[in-house]
Amino acid sequence: MIPDFIRASIVALGLTAGASLAEEPFIIVQSTTSTQNSGLLDYILPGFEAETGIDVRVVAVGTGQAIRNAINGDGDVLLVHSKSAEEQFVADGWGVERFDVMYNDFVLVGPKSDPAEVKGDTDIIAALAAVASSKAPFVSRGDDSGTHKAEMRYWQVTDVDPTVASGTWYREAGAGMGASLNIASGMGAYILTDRATWLSFGNRGDLEILVEGDPRMFNQYGVILVNPEKHSKVRATSGQRFIDWLIGADGQAAIESYELDGQQMFFPNAR
Amino acid sequence: MQSFASEFNQAISLILNGDAELWAIVLLSLRVSVFAVLISAVIGMPVGAALAVARFPGRRALIILMNALMGLPPVVVGLLVYLMLSRSGPLGVLELLYTPTAMIIAQVVLVTPIMAALTRQVVEMLAEEYSEQLRSLGVSRLASVPVLLWDARLALVTALLAGFGRAIAEVGAVIIVGGNINHVTRVMTTTIALETSKGNLAMALALGVILIGLAVAVNAMVSALTLRAEREGLRHA
Repeated sequence: MIPDFIRASIVALGLTAGASLAEEPFIIVQSTTSTQNSGLLDYILPGFEAETGIDVRVVAVGTGQAIRNAINGDGDVLLVHSKSAEEQFVADGWGVERFDVMYNDFVLVGPKSDPAEVKGDTDIIAALAAVASSKAPFVSRGDDSGTHKAEMRYWQVTDVDPTVASGTWYREAGAGMGASLNIASGMGAYILTDRATWLSFGNRGDLEILVEGDPRMFNQYGVILVNPEKHSKVRATSGQRFIDWLIGADGQAAIESYELDGQQMFFPNAR
Repeated sequence: MQSFASEFNQAISLILNGDAELWAIVLLSLRVSVFAVLISAVIGMPVGAALAVARFPGRRALIILMNALMGLPPVVVGLLVYLMLSRSGPLGVLELLYTPTAMIIAQVVLVTPIMAALTRQVVEMLAEEYSEQLRSLGVSRLASVPVLLWDARLALVTALLAGFGRAIAEVGAVIIVGGNINHVTRVMTTTIALETSKGNLAMALALGVILIGLAVAVNAMVSALTLRAEREGLRHA
C-alpha cells in the first residue's frame, strides 16, 4: 500500500511541476474584485492573449490587499482604484510608473423604503449625513479597499465619525464588494458600491440606486508595473507589454465596447 | 424565486451537458485534493503509527498537539503558506505561489495531522492486540510499524476519506495561496465563493450540490472497494 502512495505522489508532483514548466509565458495581475466581478477582464483579456501569447492571470482582491501583495512581489502588474494609495506605492519605489486606465463611478444604494430620504440627491456628503442622523443601517466594506477608502473620504467631509457607531447602525463587513452587497441586501441597508459591481450583481433584493452623479463619486482606475528593481523575478517585459496594450488604442477600445445589459461599464481615459 | 429556480436549473444543466469549463474546475478540485491526501498519507500514516507504538517522554503531549492540529483553521494555514511562498518569503524563489502546487501544499498541511491522529488511534488498538505475538517473534516496536499499517489498511481507508473530505471542502487556504485564477487555480470551493460574491446565489448553490455529490461519489467508490477487499480477505482466510 505504501509504495503505491509514494509512486502516485511522485507522479503527482512530477505532473504539476512539468505542467508549470511547459506553460506559455504568463503574468500575474493583482487587481480588484470590481474588474473581475463585472466581467470586464474576462471580456478584454482574450484579445491581449491572442495578440501576444501572454496568459494574464488575475488575482482579484480588495485594493488594499492587492497593493500589499504587490509590495511582497506577488504580482507583476497592479490594476486598482485608489489614486492616492497608488501614488504612494510608486513614491515608495514599489512601482515603476502609474498610468490612468479608465473610470466609472460610485453610487449609493439603499432600500426602496429609503428611511433617510436621500433618493435623488446628487450630494453624497449630505446623503451620508442624512443616513447617519436617521441611524438607518449602513454597511461599510471595512477592508481598506478602494471603495472603503472612498467612503472614508466622504465621511471625513461630513462631521460624522461613523466608526464610533460601529456595531449599531454602522456595520463594518470586512469583506469584498459582493459579500458586502449580500449583507446589505439581507438587512436592507445603505451601502456605497462601484457602479460596475452593482450592475452585474445578481442578489439586489430590495435595494436600488438612490444617490449618483456627484462629481466626487468619480472612480479612477490606474495601472502600475511592479518595480523589477525591488523584486528581480517580476516579469517586467511581459508586464509592460500588457500595460502598453491596456492604455493603448486596442485596450482602450476593448474597455469602451464592454457592455452589460446595454450599459457601458467602464470609460477609458488613458492619455 | 422564479429566477432562482431557473438559475439553479441552468447550473445543473451545465453539469449534465458536460460544460467544459465547469468540468475543468471539477477535475482540478479532484486533482489537488487527491494528491494532497496521498502525500499527507505518506507523511502522516508512518508518523501516526510510530507514535502509536513508540514510548518516549512527551509522547502524550505530542498526541494531544496532533489531535488539536486536526482543527487547524484553513485561513491561518493559507496565510502561513502564503508567507512562505511569497516572493518576499523564504521559499519565494520556487515561484510556487498561485499554482495548483501551492494549493496542494496548503492542503497537505491541513490534512497530515488528520492522517497522523487517526492512524495513531487505529494502530494503537491493533498494537495492543498483537503485542504478545510481535514480542514472541522478537520484532522491535518500530520495526512492527509497516506490519501494523498493512494490517490496519481497511480501517485506514476511513482516515483517507476524512482527509479527502477536509481537503475538497476547504476554501480559506486555497483561495489565498491559489488566488482563484481562472483556468489555473480556480476550484469548486473558490468558484462557489466567487459566484456568491457576484450575488449569483442559485449558481453558487448548484455548484455546492455538485460538490456534495462529488464527495458522496468518492465515498461510495472507496466504500465499494473496501467491501470487496474485506470479502476477498475473508475468502483467503
